[in-house]
Amino acid sequence: MKKTLLALALTAMTMGAAHAEDTLAKIKASGSISLGVRDSSALSYTLGNDKYVGFHTEMAERIIGDLSKAAGKKLDIKYTLVTSQNRIPLVQNGTVDLECGSTTNNAARQKDVDFAYTTYVEVVRIAVRANSGIKSIKDLAGRSVATTTGTTSVQTLRKNERASGIDFKEVYGKDHADSFLLLESGRADAFVMDGSILAKNIASSKNPADFKIVGEELSVEPIACMVRKDDPAFLKAVNDSILHQIKDGSLAKLYDKWFMQPIPPTNRSLNLPMSDATKAAWANPNNKPMEDYAKK
Amino acid sequence: MSNWDWQVFCRDTVTGDQVAGCFATGRDQTYLQWMLQAWGMTVTVSLSALLVALIVGSIIGVLRTLPDSPKLVAFGNAWVEFFRNIPLLVQIFIWNYVVPDVIPMTANLPPMVLIILGLGFFTSARVAEQLRSGIQALPRGQRYAGMALGLTTPQYYRFVLLPMAYRIIMPPLTSESMNIFKNSAVAFAVSIPELTQFYLQAGEETGKQIEIYLGVLAAYVLTAMIVNRVMVFIEGRLRVPGMVAAGGMGGH
Repeated sequence: MKKTLLALALTAMTMGAAHAEDTLAKIKASGSISLGVRDSSALSYTLGNDKYVGFHTEMAERIIGDLSKAAGKKLDIKYTLVTSQNRIPLVQNGTVDLECGSTTNNAARQKDVDFAYTTYVEVVRIAVRANSGIKSIKDLAGRSVATTTGTTSVQTLRKNERASGIDFKEVYGKDHADSFLLLESGRADAFVMDGSILAKNIASSKNPADFKIVGEELSVEPIACMVRKDDPAFLKAVNDSILHQIKDGSLAKLYDKWFMQPIPPTNRSLNLPMSDATKAAWANPNNKPMEDYAKK
Repeated sequence: MSNWDWQVFCRDTVTGDQVAGCFATGRDQTYLQWMLQAWGMTVTVSLSALLVALIVGSIIGVLRTLPDSPKLVAFGNAWVEFFRNIPLLVQIFIWNYVVPDVIPMTANLPPMVLIILGLGFFTSARVAEQLRSGIQALPRGQRYAGMALGLTTPQYYRFVLLPMAYRIIMPPLTSESMNIFKNSAVAFAVSIPELTQFYLQAGEETGKQIEIYLGVLAAYVLTAMIVNRVMVFIEGRLRVPGMVAAGGMGGH
């Protein structure tokens, strides 16, 4: 909460003073770059002691490596922990230069920030206890469904509920671990969330075989790095680095490392093969918002 | 950044379209309606918890001042120290996750009830402490006078001590009643869809953090002010001229 309030206070102070900043010049002059990271996303998380890892975190470190080459000196990375609530204000006000966590690229956010090429496409799925007999969203009628406060999944769930006329009881966890606990303890019959987050929570649970991911893809969401709006030179530099990482195959190796191989802290594998949607995004790099995916 | 968008409250929560008149019908809902619903939840949790706090707090407060019952006094002291010394958020987690596992009777209670009990008991420790100070602020002779008249212990508490003690503690009770509304924000941590939860979720969905934040802020301020006015009104009605601590008039 404190961080959120601080972010709000900062935003309030800089309000009205929005200006197009030249991030490339800024990082070159200061010799450091502020990278926004998350604490418990599947794509970016902390191991404690200010150590941040994950697929998107490591990809961002490589992007910064490329930026260092262009700047002609090694840029010092300042890791800044952001939350769902403060990430956009912090990017806007210049506290964070590059945010690579698990931010969904959607039309509403594109008004406030710019997104780099989509590097991961998330699908929202349903995790249930393996013995529950739930196979699709229709089986959830009258059951309680957990999801996490402050995520797009809440809205996805509501949309599905209204569109299908099915009524279920929603319970909101305060974070992903909390929502998973609701499922684990039996207070919720299902946990609706991004597939990678479900996989991560199942992999780190006491008994992964007790849970499974079922049902249709409730929503498809492109996840991308976020930069300040109206700074085309910096956006291009980030995009060029992503293109280069896709082309030389290093991003695919990175994917394998973080999604198919055992990863810290539990040394278990997420076992999440690359989805067709992610493959398509890499084959044809773009920064289309989530709304464009829904039309298909 | 400086362009405010207050229309965000009139958006539909699913489609994001503006709804004329700000109130959608049927299964549709606008953010304003959602906020009012969340506000209702905050008020429900707080009022119920306040009721629990007043009842339990009064009992414990009285127990702590009983003259010849060291065991009951010890129980009252233990209650206050226990609920006062554990951070509220930790207590809420214990109520939501530990109590249902340890006490089978509570396993099927809805989280709502557990939170009301948690918040109520936490505040009861504070109310008990205030009531004790109110009773102890009275001259010792009052108790003795009651005893000399032949009243039993319940009788002299009911007719002599408590009517005066409650009047003395009205100002801190007012603060406590306002506090419980603000403290109810912790309920979001255990899946109660109240105002704080609405702020976190709606701010994220709409991208209009500050507008939503200010809306929620206004709701909290308004609630606290209404509680304050009600308590001040009660305080004024209860005032007895000539009695101690009557509204800071120096005993007149």
